[in-house]
Amino acid sequence: MFTWANFFSQVFNGLALGALLALISSGLTIIYGTLGVLNLAHGAMFMMGGYAGYVVFDATGSFILAVAAGALFLLVVGVLLERIVIRHFYHRPHEDQLLVTFGISIVMVEAVRLIFSSLSKNVPAPPLLSGITSLGITFYPTYRIAVVGIVAVALLVLYFVLYRTKLGMIVRAGIEDSEMVDSLGIDVHRVFMVVFGIGAMAAGFAGIVNAPIVSLTPDVGEAILVQTFVVVVIGGVGSFPGAVLGGLIAGEIISITSMIDPAYAYIMLFAAMTLVLVLRPYGLLGVRGRE
Amino acid sequence: MSANSHSRRDFLRQAVATGAGMGALSTGLTPFMAMPVWAKDEPPIGTWPAGSQGNSVGIGAAVPRTGTYAVQGEDELKGWQLAVEHLNSGNDLIKKFSPKTGKGVLGKEVKLHVADSAAKPNQAVQAEQGFITQNKIVLMTGSTSSAVAVALNKLAQREKVLYVTGISGSNDTTGKDCVRYGFRQNFFGQTAAAAIAPVLVKQFGKNKKVAYMTPDYTYGHTVTKAVQDATKAAGWTTVTNQVSPLGAPDFSSYLLNIANSGADLLINVNWGHDAVLSIQQAKQFGVLDKMKLVVPYQVPFLARETGGLMQGVYAATDYWWTIEDKYPLAKQFNAEFEKKHGYKPEWGAANAYVSFAHWARMVEAAGTFYPPAVIKAYEKGETIPSLVGDVNYRPEDHQCIRPVIIVKGKMQKDMKNKEDFYDIVEIVPGAGLMQKPDEFGCKLGDYT
Repeated sequence: MFTWANFFSQVFNGLALGALLALISSGLTIIYGTLGVLNLAHGAMFMMGGYAGYVVFDATGSFILAVAAGALFLLVVGVLLERIVIRHFYHRPHEDQLLVTFGISIVMVEAVRLIFSSLSKNVPAPPLLSGITSLGITFYPTYRIAVVGIVAVALLVLYFVLYRTKLGMIVRAGIEDSEMVDSLGIDVHRVFMVVFGIGAMAAGFAGIVNAPIVSLTPDVGEAILVQTFVVVVIGGVGSFPGAVLGGLIAGEIISITSMIDPAYAYIMLFAAMTLVLVLRPYGLLGVRGRE
Repeated sequence: MSANSHSRRDFLRQAVATGAGMGALSTGLTPFMAMPVWAKDEPPIGTWPAGSQGNSVGIGAAVPRTGTYAVQGEDELKGWQLAVEHLNSGNDLIKKFSPKTGKGVLGKEVKLHVADSAAKPNQAVQAEQGFITQNKIVLMTGSTSSAVAVALNKLAQREKVLYVTGISGSNDTTGKDCVRYGFRQNFFGQTAAAAIAPVLVKQFGKNKKVAYMTPDYTYGHTVTKAVQDATKAAGWTTVTNQVSPLGAPDFSSYLLNIANSGADLLINVNWGHDAVLSIQQAKQFGVLDKMKLVVPYQVPFLARETGGLMQGVYAATDYWWTIEDKYPLAKQFNAEFEKKHGYKPEWGAANAYVSFAHWARMVEAAGTFYPPAVIKAYEKGETIPSLVGDVNYRPEDHQCIRPVIIVKGKMQKDMKNKEDFYDIVEIVPGAGLMQKPDEFGCKLGDYT
């Protein structure tokens, strides 16, 4: 049964869902765009961010510390991974990169399962942001509304780093032509390490910000990874604004379709991705030749 | 090969039992060699006799250890492990189900081979196929998803290797997708709905508007339909049915539809982590303040994972540990399980244990691992013990006729210990809950 109240609440929900997807996808797309590595461990990193935050929340009771921990822990994990494993794969075929990051994700997920078991863990939203807020047309969980703001700030920070700093300029130049950047005397590999760290940190941050919305399990990253890829493909592989646009489109497709027939929500998402792949293989905001 | 040749084998066995000389005559061999000859009398079928010629027999379990149903899968696995341990040691508890059991099954040690199915049919089939080829397993088990159960049913029938389901709630498992080689001990959509509907109508009244949450596969669709059918007479109507994929990462859009639907009740058929997440998010969206939650097919660990959200919620289940006050076998099982694993068994573990115990009983009764003989032992339909009183397997569809237990989540203040999550509302006898054997289109197929 169609009602305007439900329609508007679904549109808003699509925005909230899309914001979160945008944040998770941005890390993936930055790493791919710069390093050319399709990081299949991105979902596992998202999951680890949640668990790192959970541990700190459990010990301190502070949500802010938990968020900081989730992000910083993954920054460290990302940098270490890049130095120890990933950097050896820049010049290897894509299949090798997929396999090694897939392997890393299995190790991460099963390590977390070993320590925490499969039973779900909860990180509650901070008291100030828990409960339900009336939006006039509908009621919506306060924390989810806050997440839209949190994500907007995080994406702005990422935007600033990528588009308004020297590092960002090098990164973007690296996306376009890493060999040229290298030959200009810039240590592009050091930049790669930082980029992988930032990408991992974005995943970890998203993981802990998302934690009060879902309950944490070792598999929480798996389902989200698939959606993240869809977002990146729709938006344009390697494009940061594309990740944001793709996230919002994906969120709206899931929400609006579910209102008409929930069974088709995810099917429509993949249908949209297929359509984009057919009409614009490089994605909505992607650059031709990078698909 | 037909049932006729099987009775010839029975005849021969009796002949050997009553007079070795006669057995020797009929096979033309010396009495000394008669025994192995009549065991080999039937042509090989499935993994028989290769799988049971050594000192041990293998069972293959394809169980989800990752993914949406991982928590429930681990619980099941613990039940199977305990059963195998009890079979091999000739434990007193397993003998109550299978009195002829000495040590092992027919004197052979039981080995459990385990693979992760991730609740995916193709992964489960691949794993079991491997066990059949490499380990010549005599029994398959697994499934915490009916999609897996249905797939393994088909594999069992094709490969002629027996299969006892793990958790499987779909009507189809012993309905339209039933097979001669498959058996189910646990309750399912039809019996759950028939048992809980009168309780719900009594509690909430007639003419209610209901929102359903349904996972998009055989289990979800059949359970939702069963509950809709069972409550139709009381005037309950469906205002919305939110169908979602297994392992959905977020339920917000579904819950908004429900919040705006004007329903009185939310009947949540989601299972495993999907149930945990959808219930937690229903709370976040204020849905649980607007309408009463019902879980028609209870999920192991749901109460502890949702942290209080099951309080006051009605659910139908297969087993809850506090029935031990009424059933001595349950008490003994709980104690044994807790001693080994450190917590009260949930229904997945109970079903796993009993399924193996019943299988062992049937093999001992048949006196052979020859699958058609074991199937016929089940199909005698004799009354046998279980953790919930005496039960029997229905020969027409291989479904165990067993009670359904209606529980209601306890309030925190009433909990006597940290695992005392539910009150037993009612234990509903199974016979009256079952559909007619052919109602869901079951055709069992051949023995050989």
